Amino acid sequence: MPVKVFIPTPLRPFVDRQAAVEAEGRDVGEVLENIVRAHPQLRGHLFQADGQLRSFVNVYLNDEDIRYTGSGQTPVKSSDTLSIVPSIAGGSSPAARCC
Amino acid sequence: MGLAIPRSQLEAVQRHGEQTYPHECCGLLLGSIAEGGGDDGVRRIAEAYAMRNANEATPHNRFDFDPKEHLAAQRAARERGLEIVGFYHSHPDHPAQPSQYDLDHAAWPGYSYLIVSIQRGRAAERDGANSFELAEDRSRFLPEPIEIL
Repeated sequence: MPVKVFIPTPLRPFVDRQAAVEAEGRDVGEVLENIVRAHPQLRGHLFQADGQLRSFVNVYLNDEDIRYTGSGQTPVKSSDTLSIVPSIAGGSSPAARCC
Repeated sequence: MGLAIPRSQLEAVQRHGEQTYPHECCGLLLGSIAEGGGDDGVRRIAEAYAMRNANEATPHNRFDFDPKEHLAAQRAARERGLEIVGFYHSHPDHPAQPSQYDLDHAAWPGYSYLIVSIQRGRAAERDGANSFELAEDRSRFLPEPIEIL
């Protein structure tokens, strides 16, 4: 049975505008790899060139950050869900390049 | 593209900034993305969703979301049939313009990044709210129009 992966809004154009996609896999790494194989435009938005998740991309297996459960080797089962949660931070000054 | 936001929700963002002053406030912009027609691609805001500034070290000029609280907010948005289409935060006693730090810590292109300026505890009346989208190559923020509904 596949695992459901919730897709953040800006990435939905790369998965045919779906809010969630499903993929098979024994662990988080396999599930994510199968999703980016099915939707290749997603790869660069989630992963660095070396195959690691981009620094601001957090992945939760149900309620747990996969960093603390074995990262890509975290086992999954069919009732699990994966959530992609971007790190959000910011703040004032100094001024950025704009326009 | 652009941002369309009810006046009540923009005012809610400004009030949030006034309440947290001199610290930065932050939150989500929940809504949908218009498809087709003259406003195709416009991010239409239904609700400004306040978040806690989890930066305890320097909240007067930095904010960040607690990731688990962000995860919970994602679920809350889904349950309400809304999408997270952007983020907001305030700049206490600074202009509503993105900083290098904002740029370095932006997420993906495709979100609206709304900034409000709070001057001496009050929402700035002139040039007090600006919205931006991140360039596809992440090199800069691009100003986007705000339509107040």
